[in-house]
Amino acid sequence: MERVLGDKRAILILLGPALLVYSLIMLVPIVWSLGYTVLDGNPIVGFTFNGFDNFIKFFQDPAAWSAIWFTVRFAVVMTVLQVGAGFGLSLLYVFWLKRSSSAIRTIIFFPIVLPTVAVALLFQRLFEAAPTTGPVNSFLNLLGIDSVDWFGTPAASFWILLLMGLWQSMGFYGVLLYAGLLDIPEEMLESARLDGAGGWKLIRTIVLPLSLPVLLSSLIFSINGTLKVFDSVVALTNGGPGNATTPLTVYMFQTSFTYGQYGYGSTIALMLTILCLIFTIFIFRSTRRDVTKS
Amino acid sequence: MPLVAVFGAGALLLTACGPAGGGSGAASGTFTYLGQTENTTIIGTLNALAKDQCAAEEKAAPLTADKSAGPQFDQKLQLLAGQDALSNMSMAAGTPSLMQQFIDADQVVDLSAELEELGVADKILPAAESTIKALYGEDKLYSLPTEFNIEGFWYNKAILADNGIEAPATWDDLVEAAATLDGAGVQPFSAAGKDGWPITRLVGDYIARDLGPDALRAVADGDAKLTDPEYVKAADAVAALGEAGYFGEAIGSIDYNAAINEFLTGKSAFFYMGSWALANFNDEAQNTIGADNIGFAPFPDVEGGKGSIDQVPANVGVPVMFAQKDFGDDQAAWLKCIVSNYGDAVLNESGVVSGFALDNPPADLPETTQIVQQQIQDAPSSILWFEALFTSKGTSVSQTNGGGLASGSISGADFMKLVQAANDEG
Repeated sequence: MERVLGDKRAILILLGPALLVYSLIMLVPIVWSLGYTVLDGNPIVGFTFNGFDNFIKFFQDPAAWSAIWFTVRFAVVMTVLQVGAGFGLSLLYVFWLKRSSSAIRTIIFFPIVLPTVAVALLFQRLFEAAPTTGPVNSFLNLLGIDSVDWFGTPAASFWILLLMGLWQSMGFYGVLLYAGLLDIPEEMLESARLDGAGGWKLIRTIVLPLSLPVLLSSLIFSINGTLKVFDSVVALTNGGPGNATTPLTVYMFQTSFTYGQYGYGSTIALMLTILCLIFTIFIFRSTRRDVTKS
Repeated sequence: MPLVAVFGAGALLLTACGPAGGGSGAASGTFTYLGQTENTTIIGTLNALAKDQCAAEEKAAPLTADKSAGPQFDQKLQLLAGQDALSNMSMAAGTPSLMQQFIDADQVVDLSAELEELGVADKILPAAESTIKALYGEDKLYSLPTEFNIEGFWYNKAILADNGIEAPATWDDLVEAAATLDGAGVQPFSAAGKDGWPITRLVGDYIARDLGPDALRAVADGDAKLTDPEYVKAADAVAALGEAGYFGEAIGSIDYNAAINEFLTGKSAFFYMGSWALANFNDEAQNTIGADNIGFAPFPDVEGGKGSIDQVPANVGVPVMFAQKDFGDDQAAWLKCIVSNYGDAVLNESGVVSGFALDNPPADLPETTQIVQQQIQDAPSSILWFEALFTSKGTSVSQTNGGGLASGSISGADFMKLVQAANDEG
């Protein structure tokens, strides 16, 4: 093996194709997109250099700020809910359900394998108010409450998006954190119990600190996924009502492909990348100390 | 050898990244068409022509149709145009400013010259031709008027009669009628709040009636702003209907087909729509209230306004354009056949009035179709719709937020502010 990996030609053959594919479909478009940030126009009318106009426009654009606000709000709330629910589930698997948890784990994990568009259609039908009344509104009607136009009000649309995301992803985070909890040595838990730690105290003083590395990974994973939320929004609300549920990703897509402003769209994409970076660094910084301590 | 494999894989990948040659792209030996999923009239008529009058053209270059959802149609066209992969014939961009980009980039065929060469230039009605030219601000023809529409309020005669209501002549009459109907438990209006444009049309028409037919041109030229109080008044008038709940429950979830269905199954009294909907009205499977039970009221006057009720909101629907790329003899033959026969075919098959000259008008037209023909004949002038002169972004923002006016979730002033800001951005 060592002999093979010591041969430069072998390395080239092994890495070359993967590197080429990666460069062609990832790096080239990224650099290309960076170039667009200082241009104006689209492939139909051609491009002209416009310096930093796109960046100035971004900071003066109320729609961009509203998209940033939605993106951050959605990402923070969703991450807290996703990782929180996942952690709760993992505790449930390890401490209560124990060996019999596999069936429950599979059932709760299942939605993540469903296509987002299918899940969005399911939720659209569940909360439908017109032309046909969906099960949720039918239930409300049964209780004597009028149907609610869930997708017609910004707040309700926001919460349905969260609910859908949570339903779909909490099983995944549950399994991820479950794997982390399994790594905690049973003896350590046992000795803590002997010292009188139980329930909440055990979780707070032993389980939480020891599962912090995997929790940190989950947080970074979740925040980056939710900051870039796209498919579930497009399929469920398409950014509406109005632009109430339009995240930066959808705004970027609309700007580039509906309004034909490729340069400004690329600028929004760059801003989103920077936003992801800021959040990731923030999470790393704020948790690094705790990890060392534990 | 491995290096060859690497380069081979790279070449394959690069090919995959290139513009799509097949699919909706054009290829010689076929006649490709891309239309909106919602519009079944054009493709239905083309299929009928392919079997009959255009059978020879069909044999030489078979018609290959593709479709894309209406709300994302302009997006699709932009992407295809960007890859130089437009279909031979496709429904034109709904946003005139996008069409102008296609024209400037030489992506679409100059039909004035082409029809002249084919000897069928006289097959386009002058009124329809001038409407298209005005829309794109061009003195040449770049799309074909597969429809020539007027817009207004279609109403259910029986419901109005049952509630002692006459067709409204003024906006106040309309509001009063809506209040009466609402009081009687009848939903006054059907509208596609999800699509937005059927609501913003009302705003545009109100502006034309109140401030005159050139009021939106003044906005496009920068002489007025949508946020000026007299313009906001129009959006407020429509928002007031929404706030009163006259469009029914959950209007933001109602799409075009659901709105038509509501009206044609007798669930609402009024339905603002273009005459392209005649195809649905004349379809007995869809229309359970009966074609004879549908009346037409032009958009009403606004009292004290500068516009007039006989200025009809008119348009050419979504016309069709021909791509410059791959435009050869086969495509020219199809173009000639369509221009020569489409008008008669679509009127006979679907009762739709197009902008093509007729050779064999059917003897017994449905009443609704006759109303439209009469209105077109009587109208001294026409007006364009709300977003006709807006930018792509202005159009999109207007239509995305239009549903909010009908549900009462956005005020007239806020709506106009959003649209004006989008237009200012260019």
